[in-house]
Amino acid sequence: MSSVLYDTPGPRAKRRNIVLSVVFVVLLAALLWWVWKTMDEKNQLEWSLWKPFTQSEAWSTYLWPGLANTLKAAALSMVIALPLGAAFGIARMSDHKWVRVPAGVVVEFFRAIPVLLLMLFANEFYVRSTGIPSDERPLYAVVTGLVLYNASVLAEVVRAGILALPKGQTEAAQAIGLRKGQTMTTILLPQAVTAMLPAIVSQLVVIVKDTALGGVMIGFTELLNSRSTLAAFYGNVIPSFVVVAIIFIVLNFALTSFASWLEKRLRRSKRSTGAVLGAEDMEELNPAATGGTFGTGAGGSI
Amino acid sequence: MKLRKVSAAAATALVLTLTATACGGDGDSEGGSGSGGGDKIKIGIKYDQPGLGLKEPGGKFSGFDVDVATYVAKELGYDAGQIEFVETKSADRENALARGDVKMIAATYSITDERKEKVDFAGPYLLAHQDLLIKADSNISKGTDLNGKNLCSVTGSTSAQNVKESIAPKANLKQYSGYSECIAALQSGAVDAVTTDDSILAGFAAQSQYKGKFKLAGLKLSNENYGIGVKKGDTETVNKINTALEKMVKDGAWDKAVQDNFGPANYKNEPAPKTGTIVK
Amino acid sequence: MSIYVTHPEAREIVFDFLSDYNDPSLLGAFWVTIKLTLLSGVGSLIWGTLLAAMRVSPVPLMRGFGTVYVNVVRNVPLTVIILFTSLGLADIFGVTMGSKVFETRDFRLAVLGLAAYTAAFVCEAIRSGINTVPLGQAEAARAIGLNFSQTLRLIVLPQAFRAVIGPLANVLIALTKNTTVAAAIGVAEAALLMKEMIENEAQTVLIGAVFAFGFVVLTLPTGLFLGWLSKRLAVKR
Repeated sequence: MSSVLYDTPGPRAKRRNIVLSVVFVVLLAALLWWVWKTMDEKNQLEWSLWKPFTQSEAWSTYLWPGLANTLKAAALSMVIALPLGAAFGIARMSDHKWVRVPAGVVVEFFRAIPVLLLMLFANEFYVRSTGIPSDERPLYAVVTGLVLYNASVLAEVVRAGILALPKGQTEAAQAIGLRKGQTMTTILLPQAVTAMLPAIVSQLVVIVKDTALGGVMIGFTELLNSRSTLAAFYGNVIPSFVVVAIIFIVLNFALTSFASWLEKRLRRSKRSTGAVLGAEDMEELNPAATGGTFGTGAGGSI
Repeated sequence: MKLRKVSAAAATALVLTLTATACGGDGDSEGGSGSGGGDKIKIGIKYDQPGLGLKEPGGKFSGFDVDVATYVAKELGYDAGQIEFVETKSADRENALARGDVKMIAATYSITDERKEKVDFAGPYLLAHQDLLIKADSNISKGTDLNGKNLCSVTGSTSAQNVKESIAPKANLKQYSGYSECIAALQSGAVDAVTTDDSILAGFAAQSQYKGKFKLAGLKLSNENYGIGVKKGDTETVNKINTALEKMVKDGAWDKAVQDNFGPANYKNEPAPKTGTIVK
Repeated sequence: MSIYVTHPEAREIVFDFLSDYNDPSLLGAFWVTIKLTLLSGVGSLIWGTLLAAMRVSPVPLMRGFGTVYVNVVRNVPLTVIILFTSLGLADIFGVTMGSKVFETRDFRLAVLGLAAYTAAFVCEAIRSGINTVPLGQAEAARAIGLNFSQTLRLIVLPQAFRAVIGPLANVLIALTKNTTVAAAIGVAEAALLMKEMIENEAQTVLIGAVFAFGFVVLTLPTGLFLGWLSKRLAVKR
């Protein structure tokens, strides 16, 4: 990889890099050894603590149902939040004040409230206004909370993406006689979504992680919640956290990998604006320039 | 003006998401009607408290709360197969009853004046006390010993607040979001004691992986009257549950349940409380 | 939500906040939230910038480390990371952050965890900020003989930062709300007080509404101010 920020490494730089790498690997090995030793001293490596994860019962009772709920809530939220976010993003750029202002208020409001509380209110709303059976209600409430928050964030991403497109795109569309709606749906939106894909994917990762908030108060049995039930039975708090963390990493890594594969397919021409980075990084268009978001998540236990 | 349509669609989309579900399901939210038949009864319990309410591998439930709830349900005309246990987190108990998500809650639910304004209580069915769980070789013997010691309790719980306010304000209080985390900290030596209701602590101490490692200090730092919560105003159910609880004590099932669940921890339980008598 | 505001019980509860809850008080708890936000915000800005520098650096090892760090940390729920600082770092590995007093120790651990997590997002924001700097800027810097670190420090980063104030504002808003996770390890901030009050008052939704309002008050002005700032400082091209 080469970059405008520095020269291609010569023989001396290459030697230096090798030395650095060796030192780093040695340090890393020392750290891992220390971690292993300390955990062993504190009896965290006892086989009885890890054994449950090799048994099918622990998975079928706690982890699989938890993971299934996490995936279900995350998938539903994504499917609803993406179009809703796009709609709100477009609404915020409307020529009509009566559309633009309310959309802006909604987006700002739902972005400011912790997602856990959104879920709590959604749950209460469903109790008062609908007849959803109580065992399905947590899912509805979790999805609603996630959709309201993430659609607001995605709205900002989409808006930023559209604003970042060269003005010539709109002008050319007008010149060939497209109406505003057509310009938006056939010219601007597809380009904006492709450009903002990295930011959108980050937000999808946030959705997956934030399903965990459903377990805190409204009794949605997602993965982290199932973990606490599991740890109460087996008494293996730290191992259970390690296993669940790995599941989340694998899950989200699969999601981001799929997205970058999709992105490569979608982006036919590499027309990156003034990237000073290497080729690998150039794929990411600049959401930063336009106030995009980076999926920091609402998170929180609240 | 296509964009106007798009904008309008955006506005309606939100309304739709909020209401799309309004027509789905006609709600069996009543947790079973008054008496038997083929209905199910929904009972709120804890899933993560060994000895009281615990979800076991394979999906069985065990614990004292579970045994009491099962007995009471049987007296109300539901056999074991008709009971559906539901997890009720502490923060959600009052609401779950008010909504009718569950018919009753037996989940280490202490009777307090504030809660009585929101729900009705049958029982109490167990008198527990705030106590300490310490390592088997620990010499902590009274509440004031805790000053300067490391102590763990669950975030926001009454026990944690008691420690801060009265029992040992100078104790170094650690709060975790769950009991399991506190027990892990006790095991690793990060804290000297875990405090909450003795019944909960006994449940953990009785678990096979901790057997012989921990003991209860046997302090009675507070009185916790566990009641069975029912929807406010449902006096009929309260009375039925009370009758069932009295019968449970009389026919020895109560003692057996205590032995089964707390026995291994050497837990010196209080005698079965008389229904309606709340020990302050 | 208007039903809650006009509800007599709501007024009673809000009144309760001011009288019954003195230690910690409602304002005191939110003050802890603010301190957590500011400290971990500064920490994550520094660590995030370093990570971004690593990810564009000439040393393959540093690039690798930066990439792995961001991809691991970003993909784990924050709750797991925060609990790990206390259950793992402190309880098992003895990293007590210079204090045996849990109140101080856990606050510092929470700052550490929040900063470590948020830094991954700050890094990605700054990295895309670097993307916005025109190629010519870096080329010119190299042409006048600046080395990698000079180019980055003097030319590229100052421009990148101005471009990413908007995204960083989003990170800050999310961080403000993320501080509530610290309650999981017992830091007495707003979410912990909320749990205490729900336990005592048996009024989940009402109390939730009050705290939601508190967070709106904290985050809305932040967003508006930084939005204004990013427009003011934007590099005009």
